[in-house]
Amino acid sequence: MTVNLAKGQQISLQKSDGGALSVVRMGLGWKAAPRRGLFGSRTREIDLDASAVLFADNQPVDVVFFRHLVSDDGSVRHTGDNLVGGAGAGGDDESIIVDLQRVPVHINQIVFTVNSFTGQTFQEVQDAFCRLIDETNGQELARYTLTGGGQYTAQVMAKVFRGANGQWQMSAIGAPASGRTFQDLMPAIAAHL
Amino acid sequence: MTAELTRGQNHPLPADISGGGRLEVRVSTGKPVIAGATLGDEHGRVRGVEWVAHPGSPQLPGLEVSRQAAAENHLAVDLGAMPENVHWVNILLALPQVDGAPSRFGAIASPFVAITGLDGSEIATYTITDLNSESAVLAVELYRRQGAWKVRAVGQGYAGGLSDMLRDQGLPEAMELASSINEAVARGLARSVAAPPPRTEEGERVRRAATVGGNAAGSSAAPHPDPASTPATPAPATSTPATPAPASPQPGPATPAPAAAAGGTGPLNYQHPNRAPAPVAPVAGQDGSEPVAGNASGWTMEERLYNQVWGMFEDLARTTAAYRSAVDFAESRMEQELDKVLADPATRVGPAADAARGAARAKHGALVDQARAALDRDIAQLTAESNVVEPALPPAFAQWESAVWNGFKPSMETPMAVRLGDLHLPEQPQLRIPMLVRLPLERGLWIDAGRSPNTPMTVDSEQAKRLAMDTAVSLAVRMLAAYPAGEFNVNVIDPAGSGAAALAPLVRSGALKEPPAAGAEGVSAMISKLIQRVDLVQMAMRGGASDALPPHLDLSEQLLIVNDFPFGFDDRAVTQLRYLADEGPSVGVQLMMVADRDDARAYGPVLDPLWRALLRLTPTPDDHLADPWVGHAWTFCPLLPPTGSQVLQQVGERVASAREQFNR
Repeated sequence: MTVNLAKGQQISLQKSDGGALSVVRMGLGWKAAPRRGLFGSRTREIDLDASAVLFADNQPVDVVFFRHLVSDDGSVRHTGDNLVGGAGAGGDDESIIVDLQRVPVHINQIVFTVNSFTGQTFQEVQDAFCRLIDETNGQELARYTLTGGGQYTAQVMAKVFRGANGQWQMSAIGAPASGRTFQDLMPAIAAHL
Repeated sequence: MTAELTRGQNHPLPADISGGGRLEVRVSTGKPVIAGATLGDEHGRVRGVEWVAHPGSPQLPGLEVSRQAAAENHLAVDLGAMPENVHWVNILLALPQVDGAPSRFGAIASPFVAITGLDGSEIATYTITDLNSESAVLAVELYRRQGAWKVRAVGQGYAGGLSDMLRDQGLPEAMELASSINEAVARGLARSVAAPPPRTEEGERVRRAATVGGNAAGSSAAPHPDPASTPATPAPATSTPATPAPASPQPGPATPAPAAAAGGTGPLNYQHPNRAPAPVAPVAGQDGSEPVAGNASGWTMEERLYNQVWGMFEDLARTTAAYRSAVDFAESRMEQELDKVLADPATRVGPAADAARGAARAKHGALVDQARAALDRDIAQLTAESNVVEPALPPAFAQWESAVWNGFKPSMETPMAVRLGDLHLPEQPQLRIPMLVRLPLERGLWIDAGRSPNTPMTVDSEQAKRLAMDTAVSLAVRMLAAYPAGEFNVNVIDPAGSGAAALAPLVRSGALKEPPAAGAEGVSAMISKLIQRVDLVQMAMRGGASDALPPHLDLSEQLLIVNDFPFGFDDRAVTQLRYLADEGPSVGVQLMMVADRDDARAYGPVLDPLWRALLRLTPTPDDHLADPWVGHAWTFCPLLPPTGSQVLQQVGERVASAREQFNR
């Protein structure tokens, strides 16, 4: 049973039976907006990149992106760069797997971002979504669909963080930003920590 | 929907195949077997040797079989390409007649046969049970009925082997063909990689209970001749598998095994082979977390252990990274908080300030404790894993203390990797990770005979030199032991004879083909010989004419140990050595320098590229190696036999006698 998140909404990452989740996957999917004809069109392919930044308090400690696919501690893994999107109808084009139980003790927030590496704005992106999946059984926990693609090239999608009781929670952020890779987004991310 | 066939049962093929489509037959046996196929005419008769596909002649129109005996065979069948007069395609299995191979099907896991579409989807499967003394089996047959192909599970065994089976199918030259097949297979096996493991579900780490704990489920198998080449006996899956457990229906005690009549023509066995009651999982401990050796993916036990060790290496690197990162963070946070207390003159002194300082320190302590607890938990798990993995390691990977060296026999297969030493981190010096590198080595080795800042004070420069040579000799013996007899050759250059004492195990045991080269003449003759070999093999490889090499040329892998460099070397020899270091590895000539870089200082920066091209190892613990994931500095420890141990000498002797036996 999946929850469609609205901007800013939070859910607790607990299983329906009350147990804590162990491994979650943040999936990102998108399609390039359709254009007329192929010939002469040089900007069809859109390379969106998913990144995850690991924070201890408000201090970035590690980042997982297409040039550093596994966090040093091994708890966060990127499954690889997809340069064009639209792989499966509704499937994930890039995903980042988080082993919540192995996240180092001082890391308390993991922020997921999406950047347009090729520079197109989200206006040219269709059907973009991010979703959180319980990796142990493939069940979708939450889905956040990007709406109203605007003149921006990046988005801070969501974060998972340790809540007051030590349980992991997820919060949908959906804040637009601009930048080619996650480094350009740091100020925008800081606003949501 | 997969049909699980029992003996004698037939099954239609899907419409797109039965009319003349393509399909695959997959055979999993757990041990290498020969898979072949014969074609039969409308009477089921094999008309001649050209109607038999086997490893020696793997292709017929519409039919291709493996070129090799394997534990996992794939046969490709194109029914549409079958000649009109072919009405039967018989898929047959036979045990290879080579040393160490099982001689009867009763000694190996029940063969599992799957008929699949080209996309791998299973159409029908058949587990051939109740085999005993047979050494050849007619597994399944594809046959034409009214223009449509069907499949039937046969499972007819032949105690007389391949020749009996072929004769039974009407082939007059059965005897000759059978022996030529066996010859082709024996030729191939001698060079092959060992059996791949039975199929497992994708993405799942292979769980196996082989070799360790003695609870291997299929322990009815023949005694393992050599742990390195023994594929794991598949253990029962720990959870109920979604797909039928393939390679072996678990020979659990619950499966009644009616004695199969020799010849295998017993009454039909109506028991569904894949529905044997689920055996009790051998894995104890909560959620099956007890460590198991060989619990990684790979095609052979050796590869699985190799991957497991590398997995442990990565796990330790990463968990330590998490710990160090947490400690760094805790410290920087505490400093910031202490600074904050200091920065405000109003709160700098007094009980409030003390309380704030105390709180900052407590927060630091709590986080560090938490991080250490996580690290300790992981280290405990890795230590437990290491404890089961170490004893299971084959000679190329094993410590000198390992039991594998008792009754050691040279391997029959080219090793995939060798253990150069051990690695550990300061957080847990007791947890040693074997440093396994692939063979043939990509780069030469440099055993540093000089003293470094990390060399213990008790080791003087003479002792350092001796230890370096000991390290070199123990590595050389290990590599000799790891390769099949005669396929690896050690050459030694010891210009002044200063390494004689350390070299004794190699020299006395007869493991060296030639005595160590000494004196200027000996050095240049040895180097020239190896350079000529590199040169010839390179030329042959570039020209694609490997058969044009002179017959006297020794094509086995070569290791050159160079002691005391650069003493006793003229400039020409130095240049030649550099050539060997650069060009040798790609054509099977490896260089092992035992040298103190300071001794070669006179050459200036000219030799820097040579040192850089070599992998530096130290005879005493030294933290100069980095892992590929996080880049921690790991402390390297060489593997030396315990004091007073004769293991090097003994292994050397066995290598020498095996070489004699094989006349190489």
